[in-house]
Amino acid sequence: MQWELDSGRPVYLQLIEQIQAGIISGYYKAGDKLPSVRELAAEATVNPNTMQKALVDLERTGLVFTNRTSGRFITSDESMIKKLKEQSALELVQEFIERMKQHGFEPKETLAYVTDIVNQKKSTDQKV
Amino acid sequence: MNTILECKSLTKKYSSLTALDNVNLTLERGRIIGLLGPNGSGKTTLIKLINGLLVQNSGELLINGKSPNPETKKVVSYLPEKTYLPDWMRVSDTINFFKDFYQDFDEKRAYDMLTRLQLDPSRRLKSLSKGTKEKVQLILVMSRQADLYCLDEPIGGVDPAARDYILNTIISNYNENATVLISTHLIADIEKILDEVVFIKNGHVTLHESVDDIRSKEGKSIDTLFREVFKC
Repeated sequence: MQWELDSGRPVYLQLIEQIQAGIISGYYKAGDKLPSVRELAAEATVNPNTMQKALVDLERTGLVFTNRTSGRFITSDESMIKKLKEQSALELVQEFIERMKQHGFEPKETLAYVTDIVNQKKSTDQKV
Repeated sequence: MNTILECKSLTKKYSSLTALDNVNLTLERGRIIGLLGPNGSGKTTLIKLINGLLVQNSGELLINGKSPNPETKKVVSYLPEKTYLPDWMRVSDTINFFKDFYQDFDEKRAYDMLTRLQLDPSRRLKSLSKGTKEKVQLILVMSRQADLYCLDEPIGGVDPAARDYILNTIISNYNENATVLISTHLIADIEKILDEVVFIKNGHVTLHESVDDIRSKEGKSIDTLFREVFKC
């Protein structure tokens, strides 16, 4: 996985977000075994303690669980992953609407643009 | 016992210059700690005191509860700023040298790392580039199973890709009971592997805190904070 860390925020928070993003994008699938803390830390070039902290936090939310004998896994609860995806979609849209506001567009106008573009895409898709 | 290093009112003077002034510092096990400060702030002096290469004028410095002595040297692995290995040695000679010197030296680990670096152990140090020589020395130091690793400017002379190699060597080789103390002023490159930082300024410890706490409190990177604190 590609890890990208920016410098102004706590590393463990960013690790949590990126593992979540990995689950949302399907890089990690439900029930997948995760690499060891050390391997993940080496991959992201971060401190193993920090990676551990991030994973423990993800465990608390239930997204990741530990099997005492065989390692750490992504949850097999598909509905939980679906919820995470929906949550992330909502956040993305909210963020987009906020940014459009900063550019001087009311949510209604934004929606009109979005509808336009979606319709255009539909019609070109149909032509193909 | 969880404390690996304890400094109590530690003071070191070089004739009229006070390099360390009444330093109180406690380091726990299992951490990677950045010792950060501008040139001449006392970083190397502290590291040399830990290794018994200098003796303080007053105060106390304890490793595992003991003053620096041959016993503490067994558990402290030191990467000095400058290399002390003679140029004529082959890489394999340096490995034998370390094996003779240190009981905790893991020869197999050293050779594994050399293989990963695709470095022929029969090469002489003389024939290696500056960066490769630094990597060899780091491999030697990190192949010991020490309690405290003191790395003085480990990434000073190498390119950014080699820096990542060095950082990975550090994080994949220290164990949960060991602490790594890294002195540097190249903070941006190193801050993501640090648990804690110690800021040192004119011989005083001005800050000792967890990196993630600083980031969430200040909302900025350690590098940015450093530039603010040590602005010239």
